[in-house]
This record gives sequence, structure tokens and C-alpha cells, in this order.
Amino acid sequence: MSKRKERIDRGIKVRSEDIFALLSWKEMLYLAGPRVLPVAVFLILPLLLGPYWQKVLLSVGVFALLAISWDVMAQTGMVSLGQALFFGMGAYVAGICNHLLGLPPWLAIPVATVAGAFLCTLVLVPVLRLRGVYFSMVTMIIPLMLVRLIEATKIFGGTEGLSGMTPLGSRWIELYLIMAVMAAVLFGFRRLMESDRGLVLKAVNDNDRSVINAGINIYWIKTQVLFAAGAVGAFAGAFMTHIYMFVGMPVFALDYSILPIAAAVVGGPGSLAGATLGAFILVPLSEALRGIGGLRIVFYGLFLVVFIVALPEGIFHFLQRKYHQFERWVEVQ
Amino acid sequence: MSPPILEVKNLIKNFGGIRALNDVSFELAPGALMGVIGPNGSGKTTLVNLITRFVKPTSGEVLFKGKPISHLPPYRIVRLGIVRTFQMVKPFYQLPAFKNMIIPLCSPRMKAIAGGRYGNRDAVALDLLEEVGFERDAHVAYKPASALPQGYLKRLELAKAMALEPELLILDELFSGLSLAEVATIVPIIEKLRLEGKTIIMIEHRLKELFRIADRIIVLNYGQKIADGPPATVMESDAVKSAYLGSETT
Repeated sequence: MSKRKERIDRGIKVRSEDIFALLSWKEMLYLAGPRVLPVAVFLILPLLLGPYWQKVLLSVGVFALLAISWDVMAQTGMVSLGQALFFGMGAYVAGICNHLLGLPPWLAIPVATVAGAFLCTLVLVPVLRLRGVYFSMVTMIIPLMLVRLIEATKIFGGTEGLSGMTPLGSRWIELYLIMAVMAAVLFGFRRLMESDRGLVLKAVNDNDRSVINAGINIYWIKTQVLFAAGAVGAFAGAFMTHIYMFVGMPVFALDYSILPIAAAVVGGPGSLAGATLGAFILVPLSEALRGIGGLRIVFYGLFLVVFIVALPEGIFHFLQRKYHQFERWVEVQ
Repeated sequence: MSPPILEVKNLIKNFGGIRALNDVSFELAPGALMGVIGPNGSGKTTLVNLITRFVKPTSGEVLFKGKPISHLPPYRIVRLGIVRTFQMVKPFYQLPAFKNMIIPLCSPRMKAIAGGRYGNRDAVALDLLEEVGFERDAHVAYKPASALPQGYLKRLELAKAMALEPELLILDELFSGLSLAEVATIVPIIEKLRLEGKTIIMIEHRLKELFRIADRIIVLNYGQKIADGPPATVMESDAVKSAYLGSETT
């Protein structure tokens, strides 16, 4: 009886991605592993960290949400350079709801998520006809314009911002809320992108005229995606307002636009999981480099360049490829 | 005689200072197979773009089943039942061939036809691809569209249009870039569509194959309609001969 090596996923996958033939619990574990692992990390990680790194983890969650929101838009052909618009809009609406209207956080955050997404959609719908770099430029300019608008008109506290928001209660509520939302958004959007509706979204990116030629209104599709991505970003902003108990002009800063893109690119764009993984690497790295002072940004930039050159497909796609290549010995009759 | 399914009235399109289509009018009876021919740059694809409203006409009107459609956006025209293919194929390169078919099968037109139920789209997609010549047992239907040769891409373009169950199908140079053998396999598919009662407009440069199946030909030259009639008589017209062969100079 001789033996040969065979890929584990051969036999499990039957021709297409969504039909499986499972023969043993090992094969079941092979399939379930990549899905269970992130959930386990989301659940256990907060318990293992000290107070400082728990706070970093909150930032990781926020940037992961922004990166997922960027990735969903990019997969539909809308490359945004302005996730700060979503973040800032959610942050300010939550601030206004809590500070000026007196809504409690559990009401202010959902209201800010929906209203923030609605406002972002309203702002960007007129430019949905723009493609490529033209769309990107508009998305980058709008948050910068809003900052100057707040500064010049002194609305919502002007340069001082609004402070004294109600906190969420306990650090554990904060941590598990952001982890639960991150898991829901990650798995929810991944499921959507793998469905037939997700195919339509990817097709808009691939060839929008061909989608129009199927009788589908691509502007309506893009508006829906914009709203969904806007809601994710606005939630992140509203959540952060109640963590910092403050909202001001920095919420429209370029950091909230650029870091999510870096996270998605380093992690692997087009998978959403890559965007999340990227945030889990870049945000703690940025914190860890604080110790080296002024050279921090140099090392951070160097790390980004090395990663992009060495792994242009992104970490997630690399890991996924390697995972599919796992082999086992099988007996040959 | 049944009323025309398509009426094109005095269609004009200017691109800057160039008149790409100049006062073209015709009517098309339901179930007809009309060929549109003409030298390169004569306005054939512009005519298709104007009917399907991918390009806005400068003036003139298009009526589908007696109702004006020139003011509608292109996706609404598709929902009415006018479906085109593109001369330069436009597949979804990232997706496997059979997943390309899911996009038209997700169309609101198909939802309306199926009474709100889509059924198993993958199965329908594979059936349609088999109909246009993707062998079911070969892996070609599962390959990404970016890996398919031109012949398969053209068939995919046709299958995507067929998936929408069009009433008026406009095929823009479907045969171009295909071998004689490949054309020979596609002709029966078009004949079958005709037997099903579909009205078809074919833009073609492959005149021999077109004349075998078309019952009417329109000839365009410099944006103007210079001939209209059955294939045999159209090619006898002096204007057509001069457009294709040039006129003798003394």
C-alpha cells in the first residue's frame, strides 16, 4: 500500500465554492477553523489585555470597521479617500444627539448610525456618476471642507467641539460592543459579497455598462452600498464620541481616511477579512512605535512599504492561499 | 399587418462637429431579422447606442411597441425588453463564466418575468451557457472570463443577452473575430431565437452569413440610410456598390 500527498481541501470542495462533501470531523474543523478563529479572538482578546491595550483594542475595532467600509465601497467601484466623512458625520450626529438633545448613548449611537449614513449618502449621491480618481478626489475634499465650515461658522462648538458626552458605562461594554459589531459587520458583508447580490456589486466594479445592459440601475446599487458603508463608518464615529466623551474637528482628520486604506491594502483588499486583519496589525504597531518618538512615522512608513512590496496580494490572501495548500498523506489503492 | 415593434424616426446624432447619424428612419415588424451593414464609421454602432439610449440622440425619436423610449435611461429600456450585445465584449472578467450569467438573471426584468421568484440561478446559467456552446462537462464554464478565448467571450455575450429573454435583440458585430466554424455554430442559435418569435437586429460585416439568415437589410453610409430592402436587391443598388467599392473616377 503506497501513499501520496493530497491537498486537504481536495474532496471537501466539490467544484464550486459553496458545495462541500465532508467525510470526517477533521475536514469539518478544516472548514470551520478560519471562521471560528476570528470569533474566538474577538471574544478572548479583551480578557487578556491590560487597560492601556484594551483602549488600543477599541481603536483597532473602530479602524477595522472603517477599513471594512472602505473595502465594500472599493469592491463596488467606489474608491474612497474620505472615510473620515462617515466617521466624522457619525461622531457629530452622536455628539449632537447626546450633548444638545440629551439622548442616552444606547439611543444616540443607533440614531447617529442611521442619520450619519443618510447624510453621507445625501452628500455623495450627486457625485456617484464620477468614476475612478475623480470620485476619490471628491470624497477626500468633502471632510476637509466640513472642518473649515465648522471652524468658520462656529457651529456645534466650533473649534472647541462638544464635550461631556455620556460614557457607555463600563470598559467591558465598550469592548464587547465593538467586537460584536465588528464580527457582525465582517461576517454579514462577507456573506453579502458571496451572494448573488454581491456578484452584482462586484460586477458594477468590473464593468458598469454591462450591468446597465442587464436592466439594473447601477446608481441605485451604488447608493445602497454607500448607505451601508456609511452606516458602518458612522457607527464607528458615534461609538468613538462616547468613548472619548468629546467630538470636535479632528474627527474629520485625514487619519481616518488614510489608515483604513492602509489597513485594507496591507491585509488584502477585496476580502473584508483582510481589512480587519490589517487594522489588527497596523493600529497596535502604530502604538508600539510611540516609544521611538519622532522616527515613529518613518518606521511605520517603512513597514508599510516593505509589506506592500513583499506581499502585494495582502496578508489575508497569502494566508488563505497557504491554508488551501495544506496537504495530508492518503493511501493509494 | 401587425404594428411595428420598433419605430425609429428621423434620428440624428452629432458628436461635436461630426454628424454620426443623419436623419435615419425605419420601422421594424415583430419577428423580423434585420441586418444593418455599412463601411466602418458609417454609424451602425451609433444607431444601436441611440436605440438603447447608451448615447442621447441630438434629435429624433425611438418608439418601442408604439411608446416613445428616447427619454428613458438605458436600464429602463432593457427592462422593456430591448437587449443588446456589445461589439467590444464586456464580460465581468473577475467572475467565472457561469457567474457572469447571474448578473442578468438578477435583473428586475427577470424578477418580473418569473413572478418575483428567481429559482436556482446557477442551474439556469449553466443551461443557457450550454445552449450557446459551452460544453457542460468541460470546465470552461467555471473558468474566469479573463481566461476565455474570444470565441467563448462572444458566446458569453450572447448568452447574457439571451438570459434577459429579450423581445428585441440587437447583436452588434457578434461574428467579428470568430472563425468560420465558430460562426457556423452560432447561426443555428440565432435561427432558433427567431423561431421563438424574437425580433433581431444584427450589425454585421460578415455579409455572407448575414444574408443567409436576414430577411431585410439596411445600409448606412456616412450616417445616412442609403438602402433598405431584402438582401438580394440591396446589394444590387448602385449606392451600396459605390459605398463598399468606391466610385470610378475619370
